[in-house]
Amino acid sequence: MCATCGCGHSDVQVGGHTHAPGMDATRVIQIERDILARNDHAAAHNRDHFARDGVLALNLVSSPGSGKTTLLTRTIAAMDSPAMVIEGDQQTSLDADRIREAGAPAVQVNTGKGCHLDAEMVHRALHHLDPTPGTTLFIENVGNLVCPAGFDLGEGARVVILSVTEGEDKPLKYPDMFRTADLMVLNKSDLLPYVPFDADTCIEYARRINPKIEVLTLSALTGDGMGPWVDWIAGRR
Amino acid sequence: MHEMTLAESVVQIIETTALHENISRVVVVRLALGALSHADPDALRFAFDAAAAGGVAKGARLEISRAEGRAKCHDCSQEVAIDQLGAPCPDCGGYDLDLTGGDALRVVEMEGA
Repeated sequence: MCATCGCGHSDVQVGGHTHAPGMDATRVIQIERDILARNDHAAAHNRDHFARDGVLALNLVSSPGSGKTTLLTRTIAAMDSPAMVIEGDQQTSLDADRIREAGAPAVQVNTGKGCHLDAEMVHRALHHLDPTPGTTLFIENVGNLVCPAGFDLGEGARVVILSVTEGEDKPLKYPDMFRTADLMVLNKSDLLPYVPFDADTCIEYARRINPKIEVLTLSALTGDGMGPWVDWIAGRR
Repeated sequence: MHEMTLAESVVQIIETTALHENISRVVVVRLALGALSHADPDALRFAFDAAAAGGVAKGARLEISRAEGRAKCHDCSQEVAIDQLGAPCPDCGGYDLDLTGGDALRVVEMEGA
């Protein structure tokens, strides 16, 4: 086998790397391109859109069942400025239906077999929403603590939501997600008396991964701690 | 498995380059996946074979180089090597680290005819 290109030809000149007659010589072509360049380009385009239109986009990421949709419906009710939502799920429009019932325009993106939203999906969804200046656009990513980490959507900030019914070691187990987040929301705080979750340890682990990560603890269900969250959103504007 | 998306992106980059460079068969694709990047090399290899099927990179060998993780430690001001996210500074044990290398996901080059 040719040791340079692995082509299976035995009759090669090692120095010049030319193959026997009948086989074109291979050549090396430098590429040096980020694998995610296309997504990053689309994300930059989205970011330009948001800046131009005065839209704050927040990318909400979490495991399934952390309470993202409940947090969103309660947040929309508590905010005094316009909110819109892009909902990412493999299938169904159940979450977008819940958001619309809460009074905000929502577009459901079904990723099919896909495990994350990408910047082009968000771009297509944006054209259905056409947010007005001053809008907060919540992008509820697919519930998955692994795959969405690498995909910039053009958001102004990334929020990772962790519920206290999960393990406090999640930041160490899923470091890519916590490394790229600006804020960690610890949700379902009303359950803290009933579960062995140690919030201080969780925060310490998250800061091992990301020393700059901000943390808010709240219960979307009872409303406890929602004020600082709504203030945090307003502060990002 | 987001490696499928990454593999499709790699194949797209290869096919665009091959068209531009008048390459009809790609035999090697070289990638740089930093040790601290979010992609798993084995999953990416598996996905690449599927994504490349039927195209110019079908059957191409994937060579993956893995640069070590590097970080600047703000506790001891040293530039250090780290083998995983969340690991302490090997010099002082601190966690206030800023990643400076080892998280690349890049198509470096390809070889073809």
